[in-house]
Amino acid sequence: MATSVRATSGGSPPPAGLRSTLYRLDLKAVPYVFVAPFFLTFAAFGLFPLIYTGWLSLHRVELGGSAQWKGLENYSSLATSEFFWNALANTFTIGVISTVPQLLMALGLAHLLNYKLRGRGFFRVAVLAPYATSIAAATLVFAQLFNTDYGLINTVLGWVGFDPVAWDSSKWPAQIAISTIVTWRWTGYNALIYLAAMQAVPQDLYEAAALDGASRWRQFLSVTIPSIRPTILFTVIVSTIGATQLFGEPMLFGGSVGISGGSGNQFQTLSLLMYEKGWVTGALGQASAIAWVMLLLLLLIGGIQTLITRSNHKRKKSGS
Amino acid sequence: MARMLDTPTPTPASTPTRRPVSTAAPTTAAPRRRLLRQSAGRQHHAGPLTYVLLGLAALISLFPLYWNLVAASHTGERVVEAPAPLLPGPRLFDNLAFAWNQVDMGEALVNTTIVAGLVALSTVLFSTLAGFAFAKLPFKGRGALLALVVATMTIPPQLSVIPLYQIVTDLGWVDQLQSVVLPSLVAAFGVFFMRQYLIEALPVELVEAARMDGAHSLRIIWHVVFPVARPAMAVLGMLVFVQAWNDFFWPFIALTPDGNPTLQVALAGLGAGNHTVDQAVVLTGALISTLPLLLVFAVLGKHIVGGITAGAVKS
Repeated sequence: MATSVRATSGGSPPPAGLRSTLYRLDLKAVPYVFVAPFFLTFAAFGLFPLIYTGWLSLHRVELGGSAQWKGLENYSSLATSEFFWNALANTFTIGVISTVPQLLMALGLAHLLNYKLRGRGFFRVAVLAPYATSIAAATLVFAQLFNTDYGLINTVLGWVGFDPVAWDSSKWPAQIAISTIVTWRWTGYNALIYLAAMQAVPQDLYEAAALDGASRWRQFLSVTIPSIRPTILFTVIVSTIGATQLFGEPMLFGGSVGISGGSGNQFQTLSLLMYEKGWVTGALGQASAIAWVMLLLLLLIGGIQTLITRSNHKRKKSGS
Repeated sequence: MARMLDTPTPTPASTPTRRPVSTAAPTTAAPRRRLLRQSAGRQHHAGPLTYVLLGLAALISLFPLYWNLVAASHTGERVVEAPAPLLPGPRLFDNLAFAWNQVDMGEALVNTTIVAGLVALSTVLFSTLAGFAFAKLPFKGRGALLALVVATMTIPPQLSVIPLYQIVTDLGWVDQLQSVVLPSLVAAFGVFFMRQYLIEALPVELVEAARMDGAHSLRIIWHVVFPVARPAMAVLGMLVFVQAWNDFFWPFIALTPDGNPTLQVALAGLGAGNHTVDQAVVLTGALISTLPLLLVFAVLGKHIVGGITAGAVKS
């Protein structure tokens, strides 16, 4: 077929030649046509804005105004801004107290769901139900449950003999409340991902362990966890990325002072600070700098995680 | 593009490490599946403690949703009175009517349906095409481009919102739904998801046979790829729909509660306000935004669970 094109290239190609040209064009070009929508969308709404944000971060610019070169000033002013360090620390602490319990509970839940169960379908759908809830709806409901004066959580704490907790105005209670919302929404979802990985663990591993006299708990630690380690790593990465971007939960939990992360910025995250700088103060250059710091943070976290995985691999290899 | 990380990724990371422990170690997919089915029979039965703990987990998962319904059925005064109500009250339909007519949750519901529907349709279509190309069509730079697709998944939406907002402002698209739809036309997650599915599900011989018969690519897409990909397309469509329905960060910036809000933006407008706002109405709004998806989950729950878990292990 390939030669027919050349043979007829003298005059206007007869239908057969045209068809084969089209055929080859079809073969060659179509893959690019198929992947083009993704790359065009990404270029327009992902890559270009990403670079432009970097350019903005080196300028002093307000919405609609012209940009003024500032070099790294936006970054250096971040380094000396207590608001920035406060937001960074809050992002970190809220991230830790939402991600760690969430993934540990998801592991336990997956282990329970992995038993032979009556009503398996019900339990799976029930723990996934929070995933169907939006950030906004979940946060507004939890803001009521956590209300200091009339919320159900303080009521229940009162029954057990605790004083009411100021969930919105004190730092740690507020951060715990926000983390609770995140944990509530994502635990069941992560549990199902772990469950799927657990079900792919070959049964003979358990049988071998049982023959060696390993208890159920020992099997969980020595067989289940190592076998699903790649899945665990994956959820750690995804949850970390999610935690770095926390925005809606603290904003809506804070009500009228949500954008500043509470009256004392006690739960202002990096995303909130960026929004406040960009849309409340109108300092788009500074907001852009915060966005880029977030990217650098993610790259740093990713790098550390890669290093940990690598050293684990090496340890395992040299150990065996 | 925003929040695409919320969805499960069929990543290679999810492959369980298989160690050559037993001589019966499965080597191909079919025996492994058989083994799994056998081992399912040997699975341990749950004891009473398991049921208690799972019941507790289900209760914690469902209680806030139940309480949302309770709060939406009382007056605003009753909701903010200690102790908060635990049983449904008489005002559900009054609150629904008020939220629907006075604060326009109805309009927000329509907007959200349009946005989520368009985003899901276009993401499924473009992801299937791109996923098919990455899975089965040879072309120069395929590996590098695929790596690029995966890499884009880690870029947080915060990095693009400022220029996006300027673009949208310049085009006069603030409060227009296209400012939310266009950036989400296709997602890296979807491309990767469809590729993972089609690598296994679509035999390359099928594509070649169709080509031998003289079918051009569009025919192959329509008559070979789509029929094979349909189950994965359905799952992807549901996941993307849920995600687009619940998306908050970018819509909150691009749309205003008074303009053309999605449900999440309208809710933020209701809730982030002053303390004079009627909390029962706020929570009725939350109920309106949650109920449609919960109904979908109640009906299709099994398939969604299957989709999420399939997305996580199939690699």
